[in-house]
Formats: sequence, structure tokens, C-alpha cells
Amino acid sequence: MKKFVNNVEEILTESLSGFQKAHPDIIKVHFAPDFICRVKKPASDKVSLISGGGSGHEPLHGGFVGHGMLDAACPGQVFSAPTPDQMEAAANEVHNGKGILFIVKNYSGDIMNFEMGADMIDFDHETILVNDDVAVEDSTFTTGRRGVAGTMIVEKTVGSLAEIGASLEECKLFGDHVNNVTASMGVAFTSCTVPAAGKPTFEIGAEEMEFGVGIHGEPGRKREKIKTANELTNDIINSILEDLKPDKNEEILMHVNGFGGTPLMELYLLFDVGQKILEKKGINVVRSLVGNYTTSLDMAGASFSITKLDEKITQHWDSAVHTAALRWKI
Amino acid sequence: MNSENIFLALKNIKKTIDINKDEIEKLDQAIGDGDHIFNIQRGLNEALKLETELSSLSPEEVFKKIGMKIMTTVGGSSGALFATLLMGMAKKYSKELNDLENLAAMFYEGVEATKKRGKADLGEKTMLDVLIPVSLSLNKLKNEKNIKIVAEKIKMVAKEGMLSTRDIMATKGRASFLGERAIGHIDPGARSSQLAISAICDEYIN
Repeated sequence: MKKFVNNVEEILTESLSGFQKAHPDIIKVHFAPDFICRVKKPASDKVSLISGGGSGHEPLHGGFVGHGMLDAACPGQVFSAPTPDQMEAAANEVHNGKGILFIVKNYSGDIMNFEMGADMIDFDHETILVNDDVAVEDSTFTTGRRGVAGTMIVEKTVGSLAEIGASLEECKLFGDHVNNVTASMGVAFTSCTVPAAGKPTFEIGAEEMEFGVGIHGEPGRKREKIKTANELTNDIINSILEDLKPDKNEEILMHVNGFGGTPLMELYLLFDVGQKILEKKGINVVRSLVGNYTTSLDMAGASFSITKLDEKITQHWDSAVHTAALRWKI
Repeated sequence: MNSENIFLALKNIKKTIDINKDEIEKLDQAIGDGDHIFNIQRGLNEALKLETELSSLSPEEVFKKIGMKIMTTVGGSSGALFATLLMGMAKKYSKELNDLENLAAMFYEGVEATKKRGKADLGEKTMLDVLIPVSLSLNKLKNEKNIKIVAEKIKMVAKEGMLSTRDIMATKGRASFLGERAIGHIDPGARSSQLAISAICDEYIN
């Protein structure tokens, strides 16, 4: 394993310490229990948004703490859900008179730990479960679809709504709505290496790709021979559209997300391909985001997320945001 | 039942888990994401650090404190579930019962809490495929006078439960994302639970 490490046990603490020092104007980090919150609590009452999850997906979620997005993020160990005391401590620190809204990716560990954390606080609270990954079949009898790169779209738009003083109930409804009109799917060319393991999570041949991969390098829909960017983008976009069923001339946001080991140059190439495919189908890409936002450590690969836009979602996507990883109109 | 023998059981569990760590990691890499073994080892190490601090406390306090420690240091699904199991067990300890009766009642309560927390039941390819049969057998055997017979039976039930996860599809937890591809793989949480239970049984068999 070649990674920048001093002591594997200390990776998370050292990384959080660096994050704090790099962005002192936006966030501060509390240690033991670990959480990241805004350096300055908003002056007026607002719903407080708290997200979190295993580490290794940076900038998700800590990179999205700040004006217009999250109030706090709870980082767990690499790929492991955070512990309930982190959510409790974060809620006690950031609550601001209008309740707590937890944004949780649909993974069993995250759900259980956030539930236990919610049981420990006295404030009104709601939870948005994000499950945008269409690679997994949804069912009421199973854990269901995973929450992946679409999570940041929920965090951005609901964060904006909370910023203008919306109620807990409005924020929860809006978040569920954004989740419902967002779908994602990814493909990986390589595995990733969890630092504590020191070796790749899975074996994959030089000519193979994992279609429908999750954000922990967990296997997806199927293992296939690698294809051209045109072919695999076509497969991904079709899977997403089957789920979203957009109307002719529908306006959408397209987010091409890198998993950590793929150059931006290729991500922009994917954006070009995706846009052309959608244009042929009469779907208009009117908002875009390209980059490494929901990563899987050093995995090579990328995902597409598409959100069907309406006036309200567009307004809250466009609004001012000031976080370590996302900054505009500020 | 006292703090000393609870910690002895934990030490035996740690020994067994450490010996089998590569296998557990491989199982998790096949159908999960490979973090399970590190979480289990971190939890055991943190729990064992409490030995001196908890040495004079009653069994229910020891279970509760270990459960809290696991809840706040492990994370992931296994942290939440094992913490829930132990804190659930803490609730049912009674001075009026003998050790086996206590263990049966405590384990039943803990497993019920774990089912609720994980929203899962038997046959979903999770640790519950070990924990539920063990809980039911313990309750059937709670009046058995020969502890060795109980230990041998429980060890067998745990192993059968663990092996049963091989041939089923997962409907809960991370392996559920794999659909049919998870068939043929033993669930890592079931394996670590079975190893832990076997380690305790072996104290009474040998």
C-alpha cells in the first residue's frame, strides 16, 4: 500500500486536524466525539442540518458544512458509520431553535447509528434517507437502494431552504422530494484500499469493470468487460432514465462524480458524452456539476447523478453556498 | 456471573477473533466492504481496557458499560448491533436466577433488541441467523444441570446458524445490494458472532 500515512490508527484524526487548519474561516472540528460544524453559528433561528457517514468519501460530508448547506457533519472511521454520541454532541452544539434534520445515506449502519443518536437528543428531529442509487433494486423487504452521490444534491438544496428559515416539516418534505427526483449510478475500474486493510477491497481484472458499484467499492450489478465511454455512459444513463422517467424537454441537473482515482479530464469527457446522449432524447441539461464530491478513497471510476428540476429545486441549487468543497455566489 | 468471568469471556472472544481475522476480512470483502474485522477488533480492545474500572461492578452494570463503550467507539452496523445486544442483556439480569437462567433471559432480551434495531429477523443472511437460534436453544436448555452439554449444544447451533447464511440471499445489510451474487458466501457478521459464542462455549467444554 502506498498512501500518505504516519500511523494507520491516526489517519482520521490527522486528516480532520488538517481540514480544520485549511478552512478556519468556514468550519471548526470538535474531537472525541468527532464532528465538524460551522465556525460561526447562524444568527437567526433555522433548522439545523446534520449529516455524516463513514470517512473515505471526502469531501462528503465535512466539505459541505457551511453557509447554505450543512450545519454539522459526523465522520465515522473509514467506511464505517459514525457512532451515536457524535450525532448527539453535534446536535447539542448546532441546534438553533427550529429542530434537527438528519440527512442519512441508506446504509444499515448509518441508519442504526443515526437512530440511536436521535434517541439521545431532546430536540424535534426528522430524518431524510437518501437512496438515489438505481444499481440496486428497491424493495420494502430489503435494505433497498443505497445513498450515493445524489446525497450532496439533497444537502445543497435542503440546506438552502433551511437557510431562509423554512420549518423542519418543510425541509423534510422538500428533501424527500429532491431524493425522489434524483437517481445515480456508477462504474469502477479499480478497487479501493482501506488504509487499515492495506490491500485492495476486491480483485478486478485489467480488462474488467464493476457496473453499478457502490461508494465503498462494494460490488454492484455485474462485472463486465470494459467498454468505451460512449457505451458505458449509455448504459448508465438508460438505467437512470428508466427510474426517473423524465418527460420530453424535461430540464435536469447532471452531476458527474469521480470516485477519487479518475482524472478530471475523463470526468469532463463523460459529461460531454452524457450531455449528447440526453440531448438526443430531448432532455435538457441546464445545471451541471463535475468533480470528485463523493469519493471512495482511491477507486478509479465515476458516477452520474441526475435530478429532475422544478423551479424550487433550481432556485435552491443556484443559491449562495460557502463550504470547503462548494462555493458560489458568495 | 461477575465482572471477572465476563472479562474472561471477552478475552477468549478476542483470542478467537484474532486467530480468524483474515478469514472474517475475506468474507466481508466478498460481500461487504471489508471494515467488519477492524470494527470488531477495535470494540474488543476498547472493551478490554475497562477491566480494572469495572472490576467491582454488578453484571448488569458491566454489560451496560461495555455496551456503551462499544456504541461510542465501534461505529458501522456491528457497533450499533453488538452495543444494542449487550445493553439489552444488561436489562434482564436478576440476582434471583442462577447463571444459566440469567444468561438465557438476558440473551433473549438482547437478541430481541438487536432484531428491532436492525429491523431484521431469521433468514436474512445476518448475524441474527446465529443469534436467534442460540437464544432459543439457551432458553430450552436453561434447566439443564450439566453445563458441558449446554455448551456443546450451543456451539453446534451457532455453527449451523453461521453455515445457513451461505446459501441464502441477503435482504438486510450491505450484502443485500448484491442480490443473487451474495449466495455462496457466509455472512461475516454471522461468522464473527459464531466465533464469539464458540469461544465462550469452549471454556465449558474443555
